Amino acid sequence: MNENIVLTESTYYILLSLYRPQHGYGIMQQADQLSDGRVRLAAGTLYGALNALCEKGWIVPLPVDKESRKKEYKLTEKGLQVLKNELERLRQLVKNGEEILKEER
Amino acid sequence: MEERKVIRKWIWVWDFEKEERWLNEMAQSGWVLDKIGYCRFEFKRCEPGEYVVRLELHPENDGYVEFMQETGAEYIGNMLQWKYFRKKAEEGSFDIFSDIDSRIGHLNKIGKMLSGIGTANLVIGLANSINPEVHMGWINLLCATLLMYGLGRIHGKKEALEKERLLHE
Repeated sequence: MNENIVLTESTYYILLSLYRPQHGYGIMQQADQLSDGRVRLAAGTLYGALNALCEKGWIVPLPVDKESRKKEYKLTEKGLQVLKNELERLRQLVKNGEEILKEER
Repeated sequence: MEERKVIRKWIWVWDFEKEERWLNEMAQSGWVLDKIGYCRFEFKRCEPGEYVVRLELHPENDGYVEFMQETGAEYIGNMLQWKYFRKKAEEGSFDIFSDIDSRIGHLNKIGKMLSGIGTANLVIGLANSINPEVHMGWINLLCATLLMYGLGRIHGKKEALEKERLLHE
């Protein structure tokens, strides 16, 4: 797999929210909460992203519950790996930033 | 006091942002879009600022409307593959797109539709202008020219977004 994938902030939070199965509206709320209201996923953006992530095999839809009719999604092994790689990249980003700007603090 | 009103209006497809702005101005002044027809906008009375209205080109019937409804949006209707939604302002902010990539994706969809219809008109127009029996080929050529102009407008919007994306998401 390409090791140099840079996730968009939306994708990062969508994948993170799907560590446990979740439906669309749940993902929006969770991303909002996790980021203290900074990341507000709009429904159309989320919808397109969910389809693209399914195509990539990073998430899968779960069988639809007949009662609620809400489609839930879940992270795959592949998706989890992508998320871990991204976390590693973000760590490096923060480390470099802190090292160079340490005198500013 | 009348509770509904109809406004007939022609809006070019590349002016969809202007259309959305106009619909929200109407909602601000107490008239929310309730039904959509061909160049026909039917409004019903609402509290000023009660609703936010959004529209989007979404040709596929793939469960998208249900998805939007799940998130609290109300579906108003569909016209020439454009879908119209509204949401009560008190239920939180309402946007269809929240990042540059999906805005560009939407413009690409509009561009694809315009170039599809444009090319068809060009082909028909050219075929008709060769045929001495038909004298109406110029109408298709005119349509094609107009659609190409629209495509240029969409492309311009897209370029502006792509430039922005060079620096941030």
